[in-house]
Amino acid sequence: MEKALKRYAPIFILPTFLAFVIGFIVPFIEGLYLSFCKFTTVDNATWVGLTNYIAAIKDTSFTDSFKFSVMFSVVSILTINVLAFGLALLLTQNLRGTNIFRTVFFMPNLIGGIVLGYIWQILINCVLSLTAQPLLALNSKAGYWGMIILMCWQQIGYMMIIYIAGLQNVPDSLIEAAKIDGATNLQTLIKIKVPMVMSSITICVFLTLTNSFKLFDQNLALTGGDPNHTTEMLALNIYQTFYARSGMQWKGYGQAKAVIFCLIVIVISFAQLRATRSKEVQQ
Amino acid sequence: MDKKRKPGSMIWTIILGIASVLWIYPVVMILLNSLKKESAISTAAAFKLPTADSFTGIANYIDAIASKGFLSSLGFSTFITITSVTAILICCSMCAWYITRVKGVISQVLYYLFVFSMVVPFQMVMFTLSQTADKLKLNTPWNIWIIYLGFGAGLAVFMFCGFVKSIPIEVEEAAMIDGCNPLQTFFLIDVHILKPTMISVGILEAMWVWNDYLLPTLVLDIKKYKTIPMLIQYFRGSYGKVEMGPMMASIMLTVIPIIIVYLAGQKYIIKGVAAGAVKG
Repeated sequence: MEKALKRYAPIFILPTFLAFVIGFIVPFIEGLYLSFCKFTTVDNATWVGLTNYIAAIKDTSFTDSFKFSVMFSVVSILTINVLAFGLALLLTQNLRGTNIFRTVFFMPNLIGGIVLGYIWQILINCVLSLTAQPLLALNSKAGYWGMIILMCWQQIGYMMIIYIAGLQNVPDSLIEAAKIDGATNLQTLIKIKVPMVMSSITICVFLTLTNSFKLFDQNLALTGGDPNHTTEMLALNIYQTFYARSGMQWKGYGQAKAVIFCLIVIVISFAQLRATRSKEVQQ
Repeated sequence: MDKKRKPGSMIWTIILGIASVLWIYPVVMILLNSLKKESAISTAAAFKLPTADSFTGIANYIDAIASKGFLSSLGFSTFITITSVTAILICCSMCAWYITRVKGVISQVLYYLFVFSMVVPFQMVMFTLSQTADKLKLNTPWNIWIIYLGFGAGLAVFMFCGFVKSIPIEVEEAAMIDGCNPLQTFFLIDVHILKPTMISVGILEAMWVWNDYLLPTLVLDIKKYKTIPMLIQYFRGSYGKVEMGPMMASIMLTVIPIIIVYLAGQKYIIKGVAAGAVKG
């Protein structure tokens, strides 16, 4: 069968492969190369060595946006996962209306980042003006918490679905056995349910981690980095370096920042892969 | 299904009910505000219901459709989403089938390249990708699907590969012995077995393409073509003073079809999204 298949290789592989070369491989390699260059378009690049990387690391707006991304990610991972897990526990208790609740909580996940950002911008600005505080454009604290709330609204439903799937796979017999042995509800939760859904927890933690770290649309629409770049996350900082400034050097800095960003995301993803794998072995 | 409900479950139902109402409130708020006159929309009054004075009916919607180009954006978004998702489903499932069935160095290398591309953030390639697209004249809504096929191939091939592995190879061999060539085997046999995965991948990719903002912004000429996310962002970017009425009407016009599609196909959507998450 393989022989017959090989003759058809061009038909099966080529369309995807060509598009993949255009849409990923060429831009990726060019991007790596350009991070060592000074340029305004791909064709006028001159080699400058590590200058861009040094400038990128020295750029305080970049390191600040890194810190902001980390602070944002830690808090959003905690809140999203705790709330989503709580909801999943409730929705596996055979309550009245479970299906409606599931549908409602999942809904925001389908709305795009830009639209989400503007919906919450209008809402949060109204709350701020009613409580006589500066609006989002001048209020970095509100910007930070606004993004957390927005992220929760969007992601909790998604993570809840994954947790529900995990909880439904916990065998009833285990829980009954624990009950017979006299375990309280809290003990069953901590000693049986949580360990049994550990793989769902790893998946959700890393999904929220990568989602928060790569966040762009929501950031752009809700605060746009205002006031004065204090609510700017990594992806938005890179975008601003590329497109909001003119001058030969900026595109090079932007590309170097992008490579650093890419490396961080790759490290996170490999950690994810290893963690998920090690969990799979245990089961 | 009617297991005995625990006492006290009613309290939780009520609490969750209140939470659900709060959960959909942001959308309802935009809906109510989109029915107000431009002069009545202000940051402080966003929570107020429209009154007889401020109510304008669907005037904002008419404005959004008639003079802000909502319909053309809707058309572009729909066309781009349909062409991209169709291309991804057909090409990537074929590619995934090939690299799973034909073992070899090429298949291995391709597989790992696709997996790698899933991890790389878009910012890494955004500048060079938009330049490449310009050079190859892939910068119109009619052929931007090629870019989406290339950049979206990673996830799709990865998910298809995972599923193709579970298809018994005997079925395909039987078809081959009966005289099918590989193309016939794939389209007459495997496509049907792959249908659930096709739906999952299709939903995931459609959500991505439909909501994508940055890629079309960088690739398309914004003066000529605006997808829906670009249009919404454009309200803020270029009119000077943001016209909140038509903007909120556009948001509602974007959200309502999503909610309708979601309610109609929620069984598939929730399942598809969950399957994608567990494998990704």
